Amino acid sequence: MAVRVQQEDFDIGLELAQLTKGNPSVGGLCSFVGLVRDLNDGNSVATLTLEHYPGMTEKQLERIEAEAHDRWPLEASLIIHRFGTMHPEENIVLVATASAHRGAAFDACHFIMDYLKTEAPFWKVEATDAGERWVSERDSDGEARDRWKD
Amino acid sequence: MKILYFAWLRQKIGIGEEQIDVPGDVTTPQALVEYLRNRGENYALAFTDVSAIKVAVNQEFADYETLLKPGDEVAFFPPVTGG
Repeated sequence: MAVRVQQEDFDIGLELAQLTKGNPSVGGLCSFVGLVRDLNDGNSVATLTLEHYPGMTEKQLERIEAEAHDRWPLEASLIIHRFGTMHPEENIVLVATASAHRGAAFDACHFIMDYLKTEAPFWKVEATDAGERWVSERDSDGEARDRWKD
Repeated sequence: MKILYFAWLRQKIGIGEEQIDVPGDVTTPQALVEYLRNRGENYALAFTDVSAIKVAVNQEFADYETLLKPGDEVAFFPPVTGG
């Protein structure tokens, strides 16, 4: 289990290789990478800046990751989330989960992303052709998280 | 009490963090918001609609009725939009 909140970019291939290295019981590795898009709500995006709440962010991400380990038999997991100013095509977030079989890896990765979107204290502000604006929450994100509540 | 503001709330108030010795009757985030609104127009403007503002106490999500103690860290911010 590992959580990293950092300004610098990450190497997806390297991170995934390191996550499963030396653990031959991993049979499935699932990853999600969130990227900066060049278009949002009809406006072109020049840069995206992520702000966060140092301390609470790490705490929330570690809690979400631990919850995923409680729910699924994971061999390894990794959450990397960047902050600062980024351009389209840049990586924002990497979530990776490894398990003996694919089912747990897929589900845990999806679960972590859905909770991260609604419970990790990050905020996005974008510089667009219509000026600077803070990104609003989406109702669909809350609905996506609630699917995991039984 | 340490008070933090994030995202557009930080911009509207003009600072991200401050240390305030609040009066003894400020025992909940709700009371703290009332107190802050009287500190200036920027605060009043930022806290116009608290239904759009989340609160955390000591880095844990809380609600506006949570009991506060001296020395607590209270943060106000809009709904999160990471990922």
